[in-house]
Parts: sequence; structure tokens; C-alpha cells
Amino acid sequence: MSAQPWLRIVAPAAVGIFLLALWEAAIRLAGVPQYILPTPSAIAASLWTDGPSLLGSLLVTLRITLAALAAAALLGGMIALVFSLSRVIEISLFPYAVILQVTPIVAIAPLIIIWIHVPFLALLVCAWIVAFFPIVSNTTVGLNSADRNLLALFRLYGATSWQVLWLLRVPTALPYFFAGLRISGGLALIGAVVAEFVAGTGGAETGLAYRILEAGYRLAIPRLFAALFLLSVTGIAIYLVLDFISRRLLRNWHESAAAMEEE
Amino acid sequence: MPTRQDLPPVVELRGVEKRFASGLTALAGVDLAVERGEFLSLLGPSGCGKSTLLRIVAGLTPLSAGHFRLSLGGQNGRRGTAGRVGFVFQDPTLMPWSTVANNVLLPFRIAGRSGEAARELALAAVRAVGLAGFEDAYPHQLSGGMRMRVSIARALVTDPELLLLDEPFAALDEITRLALNDDLLRLWEERRPTIVFVTHSVFESVYLSTRIAVMTARPGRIAADLAVDLAQPRGPATRSSREYAATCERVSAALGAAMAGA
Repeated sequence: MSAQPWLRIVAPAAVGIFLLALWEAAIRLAGVPQYILPTPSAIAASLWTDGPSLLGSLLVTLRITLAALAAAALLGGMIALVFSLSRVIEISLFPYAVILQVTPIVAIAPLIIIWIHVPFLALLVCAWIVAFFPIVSNTTVGLNSADRNLLALFRLYGATSWQVLWLLRVPTALPYFFAGLRISGGLALIGAVVAEFVAGTGGAETGLAYRILEAGYRLAIPRLFAALFLLSVTGIAIYLVLDFISRRLLRNWHESAAAMEEE
Repeated sequence: MPTRQDLPPVVELRGVEKRFASGLTALAGVDLAVERGEFLSLLGPSGCGKSTLLRIVAGLTPLSAGHFRLSLGGQNGRRGTAGRVGFVFQDPTLMPWSTVANNVLLPFRIAGRSGEAARELALAAVRAVGLAGFEDAYPHQLSGGMRMRVSIARALVTDPELLLLDEPFAALDEITRLALNDDLLRLWEERRPTIVFVTHSVFESVYLSTRIAVMTARPGRIAADLAVDLAQPRGPATRSSREYAATCERVSAALGAAMAGA
């Protein structure tokens, strides 16, 4: 079943508008106060009036997120490469990557903030810890997924291990790397927000997470929702951009990307 | 000047055994010599070790016991036999991220040759297997038969002295298979490499080969070594000849005996 392209946009939009209308009507009819649950119109109004200052805060959070994601992609990819080159190193270090991954960032963020005095760097490290693992584990799997017969063929033609790595393993791993990157995009944002919650305001620059806390303290609930809305939109935007980039780069690469093109 | 008869066989196997770590014995005492320019089919039931034997000849699998020698002409370069042995797998085994031309170019890229001359040879190989116009296509845009042609072009691009094919047409439909049989014959007649062709089809082996080695079920041995004296060059008319039918019958009988005796 293939739906019309316009239906893919119009149908969910209609559902969204209907739900927002229902929300608005329910709160007005039941007389719920704005500080318990604001109406969509109040949130929209807050988004309009507080927009410029919220956008400034969003920029702060976004900078940390993107820097953490870039570091995760770079270091994660490099760690995976090292793992693929040496089985001993992989076996020795992989458990520690897992430990770092499963440790709740909320628990270790205060320590990191104490140890690293530069606020931007401290938040970056927190976000990176959350974001790097999917890239490492996916890329490691990808680097080890090269077709056995292609590996045999490379051997037959006397390929060096560098040639096997660059001409075979790395291209094989690329779709896996991008799958990891798409997951990490969302995680980097979550990591940045969590770290900001713990760190509070770090000097003059205030991230979006701190604005949420602050709005909560002041019972400015519509502004809290407005900030939340911006965060969600940012998360979705990051995902869509990464998805777009990976599809473009992998267009002729991988069965999954090719199949999506043909839809 | 040495004649063809003076040269040692291209492939020489004596008492070759292969046991896997699992304890499985794939090959038990294989004796086989493949002469220069021959088209030899290894015919046998599934799982008889034909593919293992082919991988041993390619140097991809070590043997457990026995002697194995590869005698290729020309000098022995730093990379040993690289480029002088071609291999075609049962699956096309192409790099999905590379175009047809770049897949065929791979042996040269590995050898550090990526200049204009190498590219010309790759394009010529693509044309030789009937894929002119598809140089820039990606594997997923091609049919199964076309992908197999790319695989054959890649194996031929270095103009190898020895071409090893591991049931290359087993996964294809009958019509494509017959067409590729004729193409392979034509390429062999033009370039005359030594070919070792693994198959489990009696008809295919008789149609293509100058000689057929019939193998027993696992553990594999050579049970019969039959010359195929059908007229060259072969073509669709060969299939309707009485000699072809008689040879198929003879080979079928040998295969039946090999399987019963094992």
C-alpha cells in the first residue's frame, strides 16, 4: 500500500490540529489553571513573547549538542577502527565502554562538573559520554561485517590489511556508522539537557534546560512548555538532518537505502 | 623451446586431505592434475568437498595433508600468484557501493594500478561479458545474471592463467544459465585460460568441459576422470548431438557409481 505523498503530511497534521483543539477545549471547559496545565494557545503566546530569549538559550544547548555529536562521531569512529584492528584491544576495552554507557549520566555529571572547570567543556563531556556508545558499537559491528567471500577475494589478489580496511571494511561499516549516528544525535541532546539540569547556570550563558528549571520554579508553566516544545523540535530536526545526510551518502550503497529510494 | 607437453600441470594435487577443526573430513586423498589450457569440471553431489578443493587451489584454505603445487608461467612477483588466478564465487560477491566499472577494477586497485591503462582494461572486460552501457550502474540496479557477468569480468580483467569457478550459475534461472554457459565458452576459446569449474550439473559439465573429474560424496575423492571429446567450438547445436547425449549418459553413470560406492 503506498499512500499519496501529500497524505503523509496532511493526515498527521490534521490529527495534530484535532488533538490541540481537543486539549484547548478540555482545559477551558474544565477550568484547569494555567500553572497545572496550560492551553496550547497560552504556550503559543509564550513562545511568541519569550521566543527571542528562548532561542538564545536553545543556541547554547545546540552548540553543546552538536559539539558532543561531532566528538562522538569522530572519537567513536576512531575507537571502533582501533577495535577492528586489534581483537585484544576490543576485548580489553569494550566492557569499559559498556560501563560508561550504563552509568546514569545524572549520577556522574556533578563529578564531571567539579573536575572540569570550563562549563562548556564539562557539559560537552557529559553529552559525549551519553552519545558515543551507539556509534562505537554499531561501527564495530559494521567493520566486522565484511562479506566473507569479498575478504577471500581481497586475499586472493594479495591485498594488504590497510587495503582491506579502506576498500572493504570501512565502506561496509558506513551504513552501520550512520545508523549509530542517528541514535546518537538524539542522545547528545538528552545528554546536554541532563548535564545542564545538574550544572544549573554556568555564568552568562544559559541553556534551554536551565530555562525549563527556572520556569518551573517561577510557575511560568506556559514558558516551560514553550521551552520543552523547542527542545522536541530540535531533537526531531537533528534526526531528520542526520537521516537526510545518511540517505544522500548511502544512496547507492546499501540495500536498505536503495529500497527506500524505490518506495 | 618448451612445448605444451613439457610444461608441468598448472595444478597438481597428490593425496590431498582436508579435515576441519570440527572433525569433519571434507577431502580424503585427492589426486588430480590440471593441464594447461584445459577446461576441467569438478562434478559431484552437494557437500562432497568440491568447493573446498577449489579454495585449496586458490590458496584460500590450507590443506591438512598431501601435496599441492601451482605452476604458473612468468615471474613470481612480490604478490605471488596475485592476478594470475581468477575466482568466481557462487554469489556475485560484488561491492554494493561501487559501480560495475569500479568492481571490475578492484584487482588492479589492490595491485596499486589505477591509471588510465587499468581503467581501459576494466572497461574492455565489462564489454567482453556483454555489459557495455552498464559501466556506471550499481549492483543493485542489475539482474542476477548481469551481476554474475560483472563477477566474471572481474575475474578475467587481469587475464589470469587459471580461472576457478565455484558453481557460478547454480542460483540463476535456466535461460540465463544457458546464455552464460555460451559466454563462458566463448571467453575460454578467446583467451584459453586453464579453467576449473565446480558444478553439480551433469549437462553443464559435459557441455563446457574438455575433461570431467567426478567426485564421491563426503569425504570427497576423485572417483572417475573422463575426457569429453565433443567437437570444438561448441554451441547450441552441441546439445542436440548424439555424442552429447551419449557423453551425458556416460558421466551420469560415473556419478551414480561414485555416489553408490561412497
